[in-house]
Formats: sequence, C-alpha cells, structure tokens
Amino acid sequence: MTSSKAASLRDWLSTDRPTSRRQAFMGRVYHGCRDFSRNRLAMLGLFIVLALILVAIFADVLAPYSAYTGDLRTTRLLPPSWAHWFGTDDQGRDILSRIIIGSRITLMVVILVAVLAAPLGLIVGTVAGYAGGWVDAVLMRITDIFLAFPRLILALAFVAALGPGIQNAVIAIAITSWPPYARMARAETLTIRQTDYIAAVRLLGASPWRIVLGHIMPLCVSSVIVRVTLDMAGIILTAAGLGFLGLGAQPPMPEWGAMIANGRLYVLDQWWVAAAPGAAIFVVSLAFNLLGDGLRDALDPKAAK
Amino acid sequence: MLPLLSRRVLCATAAAAMLACSAGAALAATPKDTLVLAFGFDDIITMDPAEAFELSAGEIMGNTYDRLLRLDVHDPSKLVGDVAKSWTVSADGKTYTFELKPGIKFASGNPLTAEEVAYSLQRSVMLDKSPAFILTQFGFSKTNAKDKIKATSPTTLTLETDKAYAPTFVFNCLTANVASIVDMKLVQSKEVNGDWGYAWLKTNYAGSGPLKLREWRANEIVALERNDNYYGAKPKLARVIYRHVKESATQRLLLEKGDIDIARNLSPQDIAALSANKDVKLTSTPKGTVYYISLNQKNPNLAKPEVREALKYLIDYDAIGDTLVKNIGVINQNFLPQGLLGASKDKPYKLDVAKAKALLAKAGLANGFKVTIDMRTIQPVQGITEAFQQTAKQAGIDIEIIPGDGKQTLTKYRARTHDMYIGQWGADYWDPHSNADTFTRNPDNADDAKAKPLAWRNAWAIPELTKQSDAAVLERDAGKRKKMYEDLQAEFRKTSPFVMLYQQTEVAAYRTNVDGLKLGPTFDTNYMFNASKR
Amino acid sequence: MTIPDPTAAGVVPLSAVATRTAGQRLTPHAKSFGNFLVVILLTYLGLLAVTFFIGRVIPIDPVLAIVGDRAPAHVIERARLELGLDKPLYEQFYIYIGKVLKGDFGVSVLTANPVMTDIKRAFPATLELASLGILIGAGLGVPLGVWAAVRRGKLVDQVVRVIGLVGYSVPIFWLGLMALVLFYARLGWVSGPGRIDVTYEYSITQVTGLLLLDTAMAGEWEAFRNVFSHLILPASLLGYFALAYISRMTRSFMLNELAQEYVIAARAKGLSESRIIWRHALRNAMVPLVTVIALSYAGLLEGSVLTETVFAWPGLGLYITNSLQNADMNAVLGGTIIVGSIFVGLNLLSDVLYKLLDPRTRIR
Repeated sequence: MTSSKAASLRDWLSTDRPTSRRQAFMGRVYHGCRDFSRNRLAMLGLFIVLALILVAIFADVLAPYSAYTGDLRTTRLLPPSWAHWFGTDDQGRDILSRIIIGSRITLMVVILVAVLAAPLGLIVGTVAGYAGGWVDAVLMRITDIFLAFPRLILALAFVAALGPGIQNAVIAIAITSWPPYARMARAETLTIRQTDYIAAVRLLGASPWRIVLGHIMPLCVSSVIVRVTLDMAGIILTAAGLGFLGLGAQPPMPEWGAMIANGRLYVLDQWWVAAAPGAAIFVVSLAFNLLGDGLRDALDPKAAK
Repeated sequence: MLPLLSRRVLCATAAAAMLACSAGAALAATPKDTLVLAFGFDDIITMDPAEAFELSAGEIMGNTYDRLLRLDVHDPSKLVGDVAKSWTVSADGKTYTFELKPGIKFASGNPLTAEEVAYSLQRSVMLDKSPAFILTQFGFSKTNAKDKIKATSPTTLTLETDKAYAPTFVFNCLTANVASIVDMKLVQSKEVNGDWGYAWLKTNYAGSGPLKLREWRANEIVALERNDNYYGAKPKLARVIYRHVKESATQRLLLEKGDIDIARNLSPQDIAALSANKDVKLTSTPKGTVYYISLNQKNPNLAKPEVREALKYLIDYDAIGDTLVKNIGVINQNFLPQGLLGASKDKPYKLDVAKAKALLAKAGLANGFKVTIDMRTIQPVQGITEAFQQTAKQAGIDIEIIPGDGKQTLTKYRARTHDMYIGQWGADYWDPHSNADTFTRNPDNADDAKAKPLAWRNAWAIPELTKQSDAAVLERDAGKRKKMYEDLQAEFRKTSPFVMLYQQTEVAAYRTNVDGLKLGPTFDTNYMFNASKR
Repeated sequence: MTIPDPTAAGVVPLSAVATRTAGQRLTPHAKSFGNFLVVILLTYLGLLAVTFFIGRVIPIDPVLAIVGDRAPAHVIERARLELGLDKPLYEQFYIYIGKVLKGDFGVSVLTANPVMTDIKRAFPATLELASLGILIGAGLGVPLGVWAAVRRGKLVDQVVRVIGLVGYSVPIFWLGLMALVLFYARLGWVSGPGRIDVTYEYSITQVTGLLLLDTAMAGEWEAFRNVFSHLILPASLLGYFALAYISRMTRSFMLNELAQEYVIAARAKGLSESRIIWRHALRNAMVPLVTVIALSYAGLLEGSVLTETVFAWPGLGLYITNSLQNADMNAVLGGTIIVGSIFVGLNLLSDVLYKLLDPRTRIR
C-alpha cells in the first residue's frame, strides 16, 4: 500500500463522522487496537499469553525430558541445576518438562471455564437485572442456591455423575464459577437500566431482548472481563483442590494445579516442587490480568482519554 | 493521595497489632506436667470401648481403660497381666479362669471386681457393635453371654469358649479394646431405655486406666488427666493433651518451636529434616499394618496366574523402600507383619521387567493390556502407585489411575467394582489369625456373601486355604501353629492376587526433654502414661 | 433526567385505594415482606433438597463411617436400618424436613454430637477468622484500590496491582506455610497453629465460642493477647486474599466513577480533590463494591479447608469437608444450612445497602 493510500485509510478510520455502521465499527476496532498497543503493560500481557500459546502448541518439541517418566533412585527430588532447570519432583520427573507439557492442559482448563461460565453468568445477571419482578426473583434464587452451596458438595456430586478426569473438572468448576458473574452483572444492570439512553432505546420500540443483548450486556462486559481475568489463577488452583477429591487431573498428568498439590509435602525443604508450577501460574495469571486490563481500557468508551 | 486521617489510622492499627502479637507470643513452651502431642485423630467417632474400632480411638482406650491382659510393649509375643493376677486354661481347652488383683478401683472410686469384668465383656457382646466379633468369634452371643462369661467370686472370672482354640489366640484377643473393663455402677446409672449406657459412654468415660478422659472435642482436642485411683504406678504427668493437627509441615513447625512435645504424623521428608535437629529425637516401632496392591479376580486378565505373578515382578521394591517409604515402612512381601507369630521374612520378588514380559507372553498378553487402579490421594500410597504405573508401562501394561478419597475408594472396593486397589490392613488384635482371617479365608465367594474379607473383595476363591486357616486357629501347640502360618504364607506369596508391599513403621519425633516414650506394635499399645518430662 | 415513573414507591393514586379488595388492603411493605419470606423458604428448601439428593447419589457408603470396614454384615445392616437408608429417597427427605422444622438437625455420626452442637463450635471459629480477615481485607483493600485508581498508570498503581495479583494467584496453603515459617518459626512474632495455647485452654469458659470476645468478657487479658496472636496470622492470610480481590474491584469501580461527568463538574465547581474522591466518587463506587465485599465475606465464612488444615483451626471448612468425605449427611446438611443462611443474610444485607446508598436502584 502506498503511503498516501495508508494515510487515507487511516483518515477513513479516524473520522468523527462515520457514514456507515461498518465504518464506525472498524473505526472503533482501529482505535481500540491503537490504544491497546500504546499500553505497554497490556502488550506485555499479550506477549506472555501468545508465548504461552506457542509453548502449548510446541510443547513436545520444547520439553527437554519426558514429563511422565523418572527414576526413583537417581533423579528424585533434585534441586534446580543446569541439567534440570526447575529440579525434579518426587517421582524423579523433570519439572520444567512437566510445566511445558502441562501448559496445554492448564490453558485448556482456564479458557474452557471462562468460556462456559462468563457468558452464562452475564446472561443470567443482565436478564434478571433488567426484567425485574418474578423473573429476577427466580433467577436470583437459582443463583443464590448455587452460590450458597459449599463448593465441595457440587464437585463431589460430579464425581458420582461423570467420573474422574480433567474435562469433568472443567464442568464442575464452571458450574461453581458463574454465580458471582451473574450477581455482578445484575448489579451493573440495575444501575444502567434507569439511564437515559436505555429509556431512549425503549421508546424507539426495541424489544427487551434487544435491549439486554445489544445495549446492556456490552456495558457489563468490561467488568466481567476484569473479573474473569482475575479468576484465571483461582480456576487453576480450584482444579488443584478438586484433585484432592479425585476429580481432576489423573496422575501422572502434569496439570499445574495437581503439581502444586503434590508439592505440598515438600514445601519446607524441597521448595522447588511447588514453587515452579506456582511461578508458572503466577506468570500466566499476571499475563491474563494485564491483557484483561488493557482490553478493558481499550474497549470501554468511557475510559477514553 | 490517601487523606491524612486514613493514613494515620492505618499506621496506628498496624502498630497496635504488632504490640498485641508480640505480647501474646511470648511463652510458647508447654507446662512441665503436661505432655502435648500433635496427632491427626479425625477418625475417632466414639469413646465407648464396645464400639470404638478406629486407630486413634484405640490409642486413647489403651491409655485410659484396663483389661484382663496387655501385651508386653518391649516383647509383643509376651503377655502381661493387667487386672488379672494369674490365668489358667482347662485341660479340654474350653474354660479359661482368671484371678484378679485385689483392691483395684475405677477412676470414680467404685471397686473393680470380677463382676465388673463380666459385665464389661457381656456388654460388648450384647451391644454387638463393629469390634464385637473379636469376642463373639469364641462362641459368645446375646443368648449365652451371661452364662459363658461369669464371675464365680469377687476375684475370679471364668470364660467358656465353644471350641478349643489356641490359648494364645484367646489371650491376644482379650488384650483388645473391646475387652476393656468399664465401671458397671457408673454406666448403669447413665443407662437410658436399657441401652447399656451406650448413648452416654459415646462421649464420656467410665474406666480405671492410668489416665482418665477429661474431654473429647472432635477434630480439635482430646484431653487426658492422671487417674489418682489407678492401681499401678501413677503416671508422672498430670495431663496428656492430643491436639488435632493434620498437616505434617505444621506438626514439624510446632515441634521445632517447642509448642508441642511429640509429633506423630510426620512425612518421610520431615522426619529426615528433624533427624538433624539437636532438640528433637526420633523413636520408631514396626506396626501391625501391611500395605498391598490387590487384583480383582473378576477381571479376566488379572485372573490369569501368570499375570498375577508378572505384576509382582513389576514393582521396584528396593527403590520404593529407599525413597518413598523411607523411615515409615519396611518392605514386607507377606501378609503377616513382623512381630506376629509365624511372620516370615522371605522376599522372593524384585523388579524384573524381562521376567514379567515372559510371563505375560505365556499368558497370551505379550502386548500388555489396559487396567485401572483405585488409589487414595494420600502419600505414600499415591507415590507408590505412580511408580508402579511407570514400571508396569515397561512391560506394556497401561495402568489408568483413578484417584479418590478414602471412603470413596473403599466403597468401590467393597462392591468389587475395581480392577486393582492399593490399600492397607491393620491387625485388629495381636494374633496372626487377624490377618489370615482376611487374606487367606474366603468361605463364601458369592456376590451377596455375608462376610467381606479382603480375599472376597478380590473374588479369590480359596476353599483349600480357608480350611488351612481354620485349622491354624485351633492348633494349640505354638510351634506347630507357627509352621502352619509359614506354609500359608509360602502358598500366598506364589499364587495370591495380592502384591504385598511394605509393613508400616510408626515414627514419633519428640523433644529431648521427654523420657519414657515407647510406641507399641498396635495403636492401643502406644502408652503415653509411661512418659515424663524433665 | 429520567422520565418520572408514576408507580414509584409511595405514589399511589387515590382512586386505586378505593377499588381495592379486602386482600389487597395489605400495605405494599407487608406484601413484599411476605413475598420475601416465601422466597427465603424456597431457597432453603431448594438448597436442602439438592444437597439431600447429592448425598444419596455420591459414591460413598455412609454406613462405613459409622461401623467401619471390619464390621460383620449384620452390624452393617442394623446401621443401615437405623439411618433409614432402606426407605425411598423422598420419604427420607420428608422425614428429615419434618425433624428440621422441629429444630432437630440430627446427630453427626463422626462426632456423636447433635449437628447443631458441632456447628455451634465450628462456626464461631470460622466467624472470628473471617471477620478479622474481611476487616483487614476491606479496610486495607478499599483505600489501596482508591489510591491505585487515582494514581492510575503510575508506579503506585502497578505496585498495588501486583501485590493483589500475587495474593490471588498464590496457593493459600503455600503462603500460609511460608508465613508460619517466617513469622512463627523464625521471627517468633506470632503464636503458632491452633486457636489458643494449651496453657490457657481450660482457664477460660467459652460462652460465645468467639475466643476474643470470651476472653475479653472474662477479663483474662493475657489469654486475650494469646488468642489474638494465634488469630492474626491466619486472619491476615485470609485478609490478604480478600484484599487482592477487593482492591482490584475498587480500582475498577473508582475508575468508572472518576470518568463520569459529575467529577469534571465538581472539579469545575472548585471542590477539593480529596472531597471528590472520598465523598462523591467512592460513595457511588460503594454500590457495586458492597456486593463485592459481601461476596468476599461470604466466601471467607464458608471456611477454607486448606487454611484450617495448615493452621489447625477447627472451623466450618474442615467440618463440612470431613463430613462430606465420610458421607455424614446430617452434618453436611447442617453445614449447608449454615452456609446457605450466610449467603442469604449477606445478600439481603447488600440489597438493603444498595437501596440505601443508591436511589437509582430502587425497583418500582
């Protein structure tokens, strides 16, 4: 593209007077991306997330040793060294390799739960907040019942129904994660529903569903995103907790949460067994948080400078 | 940008908190007349000796209740009279007579005579709770208890068994908690609707032991106090307190700081770390608990004798013994733990992948097969299972681990819906029959059988071995009896669907100012009343 | 400017009153209170029904905890009958609800005590811990979040965010153990795991179960300090986790508020920055923040089994977990009722606080 063409494209995207919906939308996307890229921390987050995805894809190639075999006699509980960057665990397996291979599982767990729980919570919350009346009451009672459940009970119920395995752990965690999003979305909706522009849209004849899906939800999305990105670490740690019940990663799966749970016995003297997956979780969580913050700042028109 | 007021408030509260803490944390040591232990005792569900069957309750009973006989802690093959002064067996082997020591009193002050002993044993039989089988297996039942268990004089007690059992067997069973002596008058005064005081004794105490139970707060604390009416040497300690602490690391920190005197549930790592600590000493005792991996014979692959043998060659016993169970267990490839009559030290199996592969080929499974194992998510069980998974893979056997919590996996095990199961068995009483009864006896292999010994749970049909086990319990000559158990174990090692792993060693770490601590072979022989502090 | 809503609370046309039937003469408040009660009862019923069902469906044999693994078959059968496990599910539930209405929550098989006695012991332990924790969490979290929002993008903001992030992504048992090692084992600043030293164990009589309160009421100040020094570390731990989330959300809500037009207007009017932030923006941010704090508190009150394990704290988390792993359903149901009540109560509280703080959220 010649520089003049690029310049005119940029003008087209940045105009104050978009002539079509598509132009307005493209313009928003463009500005969003530009703002995002200016935010250095958000870019750092994006970079780490992309790196994580690459590691997950090329895990088999990147891992220096097998993540599943180790020797009790010779390689057990070795401290970090040049041969084993993160040391070895109680079965003699190289922790770095386990973390690399495990990135796949962890990523899958976190994304699946976010994708399942957040939209569900968002819909329930916005519908309840907007509709009010008995719809609100019923939906909130259901939400309350889920919230009020000691999480363990629901998780154990899934063992009965579905059996062990990481996929079932994902479902169990998602089921216990959506209520807070619903309550938050409802709180935001209650504040938004009385505003002028919603009244205006209503006067224009928009159906309630259109209002909720098209107008209210987009405004709630940003706070849900913030909550979801903050929850990423919690989700991984919840998966670790479920591992104690037999729901979750089956050994010898190198799921990070399970690795931390196993490292519990060695925390005082062989700190690296739990520290390495813990650090990995922290880095991933940091990345998602920064990314989420950057997205929020870029998406939220009210925060525009 | 915090306003000045908030900032000041924050600083002030922080300072106050620091002051408060440092003042309260000053004196951490425990009083000299109180022994404090950290022990995980969430398995206690009752304090009634007629009902208690779990290990921790067993230990409390062992310290607070007397019985006719006790095991000699230093040599468990010997018996020591507790309230019994002397004992004889009739010529036909069916009548046992005990002479009691005179002048014994309960903690309440009530006298302990043969009548109370008879009442206690009858009570255990009549209530017929989980441990009652230890007594009822001698032919006592609800209908004949009052006749077969009699006090013929204030200091004489007679028992009539239905068969002529090996006397060692009977005496060993009488050392169990279910044969504890309870305060008849006190219990009867708390009776409700003819329940033999059951509802009351669940959370209360009516004994005569060296220590008496002051309080049991479930999952929190068990407090024992010196019984000043005890007939024997009064304990030097005024109080023994058990604190419920589940985490090994927490127990270790408490012990290092001196907030507790004894730590009982340490992991191998913590034990190794504490052995370097100058203020801490270690003591250990082999316990009557054996760990094993069992193969459900309902699984067609596992039913093949070559497969059963092959799996026994796919465990790296030595490596496991040196790493995963170091200090807390000793490799033992027999169903009898060391210390019981007839125990064998033979260890024919070691890791041999080539041999295992050859055996599998002979069974027509040269390419291996898939199988699952139910495992509790506790250590060292989990570590052993993962190691097993790796070594078995080398022979082509693909093991899928199904983790679960204790009761969860046990429920599955009892329903015979497992493939493989890794578990443990602790002797109920200090006699080889306690283990033979479960490993080598399977009177009824049907799905709806009344009894569920371990052999049954793995669908192992063994009419011949059952007969041999029954004969061994009736053999009155100790030498002959020993040989019978050795033969049983030889056969068991070769053909059983049990891969025996190790025998548990109980380790306690204690501060150097504690004297007289000796752990026994069973939990009810962990006597704390002999200890003292300098 | 919103279009006035003629049905807003309190404004009822006179003609409507005259045409009401007898039943409708109840004031709107009484009616909504009635609705409210029904709703609460339905929530409880739903909670109990689902828990009951789950209890019968989980693959754990409840009889195992009572009689153990070695019991002969007839003892097991007897126990099964005593528990009523031979009856159909709905009949068992019906019997249970009947007992609950009479105030009998059953006996726990694991502790041989009535369930309510157990909960009266376990809950105050958790209550004390969670309350101090939320005080620390909200007390520090809200100001930190505000500070971070005001200094957005600067170093303070990043530091607060990272502190919060560490608190959120670190496994609680690890942090707890490290804190114990540092503050208890090495530095000796606080007392160790457990609620109170053995020396004071029997010197105070427990009235409320809240040891801080009990020792204060008895005037035992040495014991009080001891209890506090046992409490401060686990409470700080929980508080740190609450702080992570609360400061994060406060920052988010404050950023929303500070971007509003009224802030610009207030600045133009010449109000001091401090007043704008604390008197106006924060007050508006408190509306959704109240839910956040209430939810955090409820989460802490549910009891954390891992914290309680590390600190040997005999609270609700350990109680429910232990009961669940042994299928001690009376205890589990009792625990569910308590936890359910907490949520219901805190949700109510936050709803009420909404209406007080933000007139815009009043429905009708």
